[in-house]
Amino acid sequence: MGLTLLATTYTAYAQDSAAVARGKAKFDHSCAPCHGKGAGDDGRESLPGTYSLKIKYGETLPAALEDRTDLTSEVISVFVRMGAWSMPPFRKTELSDAEIDDIAAYFAVSSRAGN
Amino acid sequence: MAVLPPNVSQQQFDTAIDRLKSVVGDEWVFTSDADIHAYRDHFSYIKDEPNELIPCAAVGPDSVEQVQAIVRIANEFQIPLYSISTGKNFAYGGPSPNVRGSLTVDLKRMDRVLEVDDKRNFALVEPGVSYIDLYNYIQERGLKVWIDTPDPGWGSPIGNALDHGIGYTLGPYRDHFSAHCGMEVVLPDGEILRTGMGAMPASDSWQEYKHGFGPDPAGLFGQGNFGIVTKMGFRLMPQPEHWRNGLITVPRRRDFIPMVDTVNYLTDLGMIGEPWYSGGLQALMNNTEFAEAANNFNEEEMDRQALAAGLPSWRVELQFYGSEGTTLANWEYAKELMARNIPGVQFTDGESLPVPLTDEQIQKSSTPYESSMRRNITQGRPGLGIWYMTGRTDFNPNAWNETHIGLFSLVGRSGEAVFKAQRDFADISKRLDMPGFFPNSLAGPVNWYQNSFLMGNGFGAAKGNSPQQKKDATILLRRLLEENAKLGYGDYRAPPILQDDVADQYSFNNNILRRFNEKLKNAIDPNGIISPGRAGIWPEAYADLRGSHRED
Ligand SMILES: Cc1cc2nc3c(=O)[nH]c(=O)nc-3n(C[C@H](O)[C@H](O)[C@H](O)COP(=O)(O)OP(=O)(O)OC[C@H]3O[C@@H](n4cnc5c(N)ncnc54)[C@H](O)[C@@H]3O)c2cc1C
Ligand code: HEC
Repeated sequence: MGLTLLATTYTAYAQDSAAVARGKAKFDHSCAPCHGKGAGDDGRESLPGTYSLKIKYGETLPAALEDRTDLTSEVISVFVRMGAWSMPPFRKTELSDAEIDDIAAYFAVSSRAGN
Repeated sequence: MAVLPPNVSQQQFDTAIDRLKSVVGDEWVFTSDADIHAYRDHFSYIKDEPNELIPCAAVGPDSVEQVQAIVRIANEFQIPLYSISTGKNFAYGGPSPNVRGSLTVDLKRMDRVLEVDDKRNFALVEPGVSYIDLYNYIQERGLKVWIDTPDPGWGSPIGNALDHGIGYTLGPYRDHFSAHCGMEVVLPDGEILRTGMGAMPASDSWQEYKHGFGPDPAGLFGQGNFGIVTKMGFRLMPQPEHWRNGLITVPRRRDFIPMVDTVNYLTDLGMIGEPWYSGGLQALMNNTEFAEAANNFNEEEMDRQALAAGLPSWRVELQFYGSEGTTLANWEYAKELMARNIPGVQFTDGESLPVPLTDEQIQKSSTPYESSMRRNITQGRPGLGIWYMTGRTDFNPNAWNETHIGLFSLVGRSGEAVFKAQRDFADISKRLDMPGFFPNSLAGPVNWYQNSFLMGNGFGAAKGNSPQQKKDATILLRRLLEENAKLGYGDYRAPPILQDDVADQYSFNNNILRRFNEKLKNAIDPNGIISPGRAGIWPEAYADLRGSHRED
């Protein structure tokens, strides 16, 4: 009994960390060029997604998505599928629903670790 | 919202969709409004209007064979197709088709880098490979070649080149279509064509000699609608060992003429990368006396005030790729030539840096002088920092520049031609009552294409994002294109809603160019299924749609 529970927890954890790793890789590839932290790739103060969200939320929410604790898979889906302000929507051929889940799993970890 | 292809019944459409599903799998045929939403142009001038360019569905093949099967189904059901590679053509229509109700063929899943050779300096890629992907592929393997990226790096070598896109390194690589070498195309009847040495099955030179033997039809696939490109080769620049930049400024307005002549000379000898021109007097615009002189092209007065303020009339920033020694020698030579040709010219040494530059070196692009150069793209580093242009700013927290549209006209590559264009554009915008951001006498050219200048005009035509404001802007832009054409200024690229208008500009001999293309189109694509209307080329089957956007 105890062993089974342990095994199940372990499997869930392993699946989780694989999802987090996939989510981080997808984020780095497809989102970070606009939503990363630090200076812009062209020397501007910050990258355009991060910059835009800083203007949108001021001090009420972190500007970097990786620091946000409120971005569940459902919430992310609404924004990336509908488009958000100057961010155009993403197609399923470039960002699958499963990949959105992975990104959410990554945010759940990065928003804890980051601060 | 659901739309059907023109002249296709719901029942035929449903059958076609089933057939498509059997080719690519249910998962990769998109018909719901929610899924189709991402195939609309996020920056559309006709969003939510009854004529918005929305596809009927989208299909995502994963192989050339699947693309062939899709083309055959489209012929059978007479459904117009519209193919996209990465679909990021924002400012030129995004992923949206020319014909409402087209079936979008989304090639993003075909994303394999087939080959990169850093001795022979080329790549062969599929359509879904983005600039960022190709860059990562090269970095991960430590290959010693560069890509030449457009400013937004999420687009693709194939999609960008097929719309005649441009980048920012050395001349031959900046013109992305010209830098291609060899393509594979699925023709309108589903057959596969390979251009250049690809036509010879055993050849080892597909990415090295693009002409093959006889006429090269490759040009038909750039801004054309003669097939779906499934592979394309590109020449790559070897990674240089060193990069250096420097600033040249000239005191008088007319000094721009010898400045351009000299830069042309250096460019065409292959000694410099992209030169970045800019006017040096924008800062004086707060001074009403200067502003009046600038608006009236009063050159003497502009010179007088520039001199009094100690500001240069023009600037050009040069950049050099090579070794430390050759870049220095080329910079010294550029100075020598300029000094020979222009009294009072001044030079500021820039930075001299081993390649690859560090992130910090790239981000410090304004050392040691104020620079407008975006250093990341001069190093072939793809990213998306440029997206700042489309969104919120500190000055306008609610800015969303939905009407960003990239109208650029070809202007002769000389100082005289730029001066003439400045006056012509000023004149036209006055006549059309177009809002302008800057006095035209300060506007400089961009030298994206090595052998030509482009000058932006038409920016800021929209006074806001409301449907009526967009409609007004579209009408204004159409008139602008007409007026430009009368004076010989043609555009190099346009979104679908303006492609008929730009095609009209190219009217020599009663538009023989378009008539010729349409004769070919009808012969090669009798059902007119491949991107009808693209670049103003309308097959007979859809000819009644020509210019239909003008009836907005
Ligand atoms: C702020 C901003 C800056 C920009 N800067 C630049 C820049 O520096 N340089 C530049 O060139 N552009 C620039 N653009 C325009 C545009 O974003 C890029 O050119 C982008 O690379 C085009 O999108 P894509 O590569 O995804 O091509 P896609 O959208 O995939 O393709 C473009 C078009 O080509 C045709 N096509 C694509 N694939 C195929 C195929 N396989 N077979 C047949 N036809 C096909 C289709 O008609 C398609 O609509 C800019 C836009 C914005 C908004
Ligand atoms: C081309 C740049 C760009 C890319 C790439 C991009 N975004 Fe965005 N995104 C933006 C901008 C700009 C905004 C800000 C909108 C605003 O200010 O209202 C935004 C907003 C968002 C929001 C809304 C946040 C909020 O609270 O308003 C989410 C969620 C989001 N992006 C997720 C993603 C994810 C996930 C990815 C990667 C799959 C991604 N974005 C890729 C530019 C981008």
